[in-house]
Parts: sequence; structure tokens; C-alpha cells
Amino acid sequence: MVSASARRVQIGRKSLRQRVVKDLRRYKYVYLMLLPLIIWYLLFCYWPLLGNVIAFKDFKPMKGIWGSDWVGFKHFTSFFSSYYFGRLLRNTLLISIYCIIFSFPAPIILALLINELRLPRYKRVVQTITYMPYFISMIVICGMLMDFLKKDGVITSVLAAIGLPNENYLMMPGAFRTIYVTSDIWQHCGWNSIIYLAALSSIDQELYEAARIDGAGRLRQTWHVTLPGLLPTIMILLIMRVGAVLNVGYEKIILLYNASNAETSDVISSFVYRRGILEANFSYTTAVDFFNALISFVLVIVTNTVSKRKTEYGLW
Amino acid sequence: MIRQSKGERTFQAANVVLLGFVAVLTLYPLLYVLFASVSDPNLLVRNSGLLLKPLGFELGAYKIVFNNPDIGNGYVNTLLYMSVGTVISMTLTILGAYALSRRHAMFVKYVMFFAAFTMWFKPSMIPFFLTVGTDMHMKNTFWAMVLPRAIVTYNLIVLRTGFAAVPESLEESARIDGANDFTILLRIFVPLCMANIAVVTLFYMVSKWNSWFDAMLFLNKRPMFPLQLLLREILILNSTDSMLAASSVGQSDQIPVGETIKYATIVVATLPILCVYPFIQKYFVKGVMIGAIKG
Repeated sequence: MVSASARRVQIGRKSLRQRVVKDLRRYKYVYLMLLPLIIWYLLFCYWPLLGNVIAFKDFKPMKGIWGSDWVGFKHFTSFFSSYYFGRLLRNTLLISIYCIIFSFPAPIILALLINELRLPRYKRVVQTITYMPYFISMIVICGMLMDFLKKDGVITSVLAAIGLPNENYLMMPGAFRTIYVTSDIWQHCGWNSIIYLAALSSIDQELYEAARIDGAGRLRQTWHVTLPGLLPTIMILLIMRVGAVLNVGYEKIILLYNASNAETSDVISSFVYRRGILEANFSYTTAVDFFNALISFVLVIVTNTVSKRKTEYGLW
Repeated sequence: MIRQSKGERTFQAANVVLLGFVAVLTLYPLLYVLFASVSDPNLLVRNSGLLLKPLGFELGAYKIVFNNPDIGNGYVNTLLYMSVGTVISMTLTILGAYALSRRHAMFVKYVMFFAAFTMWFKPSMIPFFLTVGTDMHMKNTFWAMVLPRAIVTYNLIVLRTGFAAVPESLEESARIDGANDFTILLRIFVPLCMANIAVVTLFYMVSKWNSWFDAMLFLNKRPMFPLQLLLREILILNSTDSMLAASSVGQSDQIPVGETIKYATIVVATLPILCVYPFIQKYFVKGVMIGAIKG
């Protein structure tokens, strides 16, 4: 600490140029290590980000991204006035909101319950099992869903036994959101509970002691000690989740999409994939995606500001 | 804790039962796949509803899967993409995370912002496809499978948080002994942060093992396909024909055997990764702490 503050005093007397030169000399290896990282981000993140300009152009493969002609907001206006605009926005928002309502709290509850277990070995087994689905690929998960939910599939036959129809559930528009959210909970609930378990383990045990002395029962301890301890983690993850409200996991939708369930399953990203990659409408779909990215960006900033004002916790 | 009230004991018992139920519910779909994969195909097709044990016992489906040249080839490709990809990813991530954890360096916080910004403003699918595939000429190359997703910003931040927790005094004494940043990283930070490194390596391995979307975007030569893309044909596009054609299954048995083949491929493609993670599990809670993202 002494050396750090001494360094700062010394720095104060020098000009900016001298400070930069000194910094570059002192940390030359640090900057050398940063170089591959910077190059990677420029190539694989910022170059594609710049490629978003084709949203304002008419992309022609012969002319490439940079040589195609500018067309202004043509693709945006044609998207806003198309039949798909309302449907995509509705489906995307509804799936996302259901996920926030049902999948977001599930790992918090699971972590609280696991945290209360007093049998270490049993606890470990429960954790190992609930983490498992996270490691299974989306292809396999969707393959299993298609198999289990078809006519006479395992899940279908269980549902048929309690009086529901014995039909292919992936062909029913009305069932799609339930399927999406339920399988999402199955896949991620255990894994997402890890981060809450980490936060729980860092809560000061003396706070519980003090609460107990004050006569607080288990429920009141959870309410007054555990939940406030988890709040920063919950808020950070909630901000990230709300910011991603328009980014419904496209892998799963692309895999489960079919013409019969399109009415409820088609979201922005699956539309971009279908119209963009499969039908080569590059400019139009980039406009759709760019609109999506812009809204998400604004949402992150708004939720972060609201969260900072209400709970004092935020991402930055 | 010594004296438990009656309510406390009831709660404990209820909790044990509830979590047991959650565990069974999570595990059962996987058990079903396992049971079905070793079942007698003809019995399986006639059965509807839950399986509590395999129906009969037959490994025919596994024989077909293992003898299929496509699957073997896909397996080799996936192993190659995963191993080379993980080495590249970890090299970039370790170097980057160490450098980003040096807060005293003047320009580090700007680079952190430069990296973190892409978490909120991700490149979208089409420009990514066009720039990487066309402009960088990566279509149908090995590099398309290992370079474009080499760094996951979240993993970078996880590792940086781990490195930032190493006490400064250790580093300073090494510096007095004349060590430079590379030596300090390799001799002090890497050994001290093995837990974080193990977790991040696992993250990369799993995501590379399971990835298919980039392969679908950039590859159209079948011999280059990773396992997951072949699985997509079998499970999602529902074609086990090519596998059956290559085997000696009679015409009348094709549909039932097709079913067990699906389950057997799932097991073959999923088991390796499920066998790895329990060994790293003890590091999860320690390794996954997210710190403040600001620089």
C-alpha cells in the first residue's frame, strides 16, 4: 500500500506524456498480453458489429458489405409495417416474460432449499443431479422433447392418463410457451442455483446468530437476513435478464419451430435465422436484429438505473 | 442447532422429500433415454408410458451407432474442435484475464469496457455470418470452429475476478526478485487460481462439445461436421435412414430400430461430458463468483 500511494504522489508531478510513457514502460508485458485479446475482439465482435451497416443498405453478394448501396431506413419501415412485426414482438415478449416470472425465481428457491439441507452427502447428490441437464446439448434436449411430446410419447401418455389429449404437443400453438418455459426450468434451474449458493455461503453467520437471539424464527431469518444478503446477486442477474428480454434463446426455438406452432413459437431470432440465413434476405433481417439489439441495450440501461435508485445495486 | 423444535424437524423432513422429488424429476428423462436405448426395439415401440427398467435387453442399436462411419468421424471432429478450441480459448482468456486484473495500469480499464460492451451489444447473426464467413474467408475451414467463439466475455470476467483476489504482496515480492509478468502469471497466479481455471476450462469444453450453430453456419462439407450436427439430422430432422441403410437391419424392423438408434446416439454423445463434470463440481461454487464488472 505504501508503494502504491508513493507512486501516486510521484505521478501527480509529471505531465500526461511522461505518465503515459512511464506506464507503457512499466506495464509493457501487461499490454503485450492484452494485444491478442484486443485483436480478437476487433475481429470477431467489432468487425461484425460494424457489419450492422447492411441494415441501412441493399446487400448484394457481388458488392459485399462495404460496397453495397445505401437505402436509409427502408428495411426498418418495411419491418414495422409487416404482419410479422406484431407477431414476433408479442411472441418474444411473452416467452421472455413467462421465463422471468417462472424460470427466474426457481433457482433462488432451489438454492434456499439446498442451503437448508443438513445432510451433506444427500445435498451433494441433489446438486450433482440438478446440475446435470445443463451439460446436455440443446440438440439432444430438443430431440428428447420432440420424442417425449409426440403422439404416444412418454410425456404425452402421462398427460393422456390424466385426461389431456393424446396428440403431438409440439404441433399445438397453445402448448408451446408452457413447453418452452418448463424445459427451460428443467435445464437451467440447478445450474443457476450455484451462483445463489455462492452468495449464500458468503452471508455472515453472526447475522443469523443475532437474529436468533432477537427471537426470529426460521422464516423471519430467511426474510430479514438471507434475502437481503441475496439481493445484490438477484438484482444483477435480474438486470441482465431483463436486458436480454428480446433475446429468447434462438437455438431452442429454431430446433422446435414448425409450421403448426409458428403462431406462438416464432420469435425475432428464429425469424432472422429463417429469413436471413435460409432465404438470404441479409439486409432486411439485419435491420430486424439491429432494432432488437437497440431495444435490449436501452432496456439494460433503464433497468440498471431503476435498480440503482431503488436498491442501490447495479451492474456499473 | 443442538435442540431442534418440532417445527424444525418437520421442515427438515419435508425439505428432504421435496428435494428428492426434484432430483427424481430431473433425472428421470435421462434414465428413460438410457433404458430405452438398451431395450428390445419391438417391445419399445409397442410400449407407451413410463419405463422403470429396460424392456428386454439389446445392444443392437449401439452396435449400429458404433459401426456408423459418420458418427465416428463426427466424434473425431468434435474432439479435435474441442481440444484445439479449448487450448486457444484458455490461452487467450488466461492472458487477458491476468492483464485485465492489473488495475494500476492506465489503459486496462478502457480495455475492460471495450470487452464488456460486447456483452450488452452483441454482434447479430447475419453480419457475423457475412464478416466471418465471407470477409474473413472462414467458410469450410477448421478455424471457423475454433476462433470466432474463442473468448466468452463472461468466462473472462470470472477468471479476472479470481486473479484480482490474489494478494498483491505475493506479486510484489516476486517482482523484487526480478520476475516479469509472464513469470508471475505462470508461477504464482495460475497455481493459486487452479479452481477458477478448472471451472472456466470446463465451461469452454462443454460449450464447444455441445455447439452446433456455428458449424451449421460455416460448414457445408459433411466430413467436417461435428457430432452435434449429425445428431441434429438424427434427432431433429428425424432421419435414421442413412444409418439403417449402412446396417443389416431387415425392412420390417427399420422403424423400431430407428427409435432405439436415436436413444443410443443420445447416450453416446452425452455420456462423456456427464462423466467429466462431477470431478470439477467441488470448484463450482468457489469458481463462479461474479465480481463487479467495472474496471
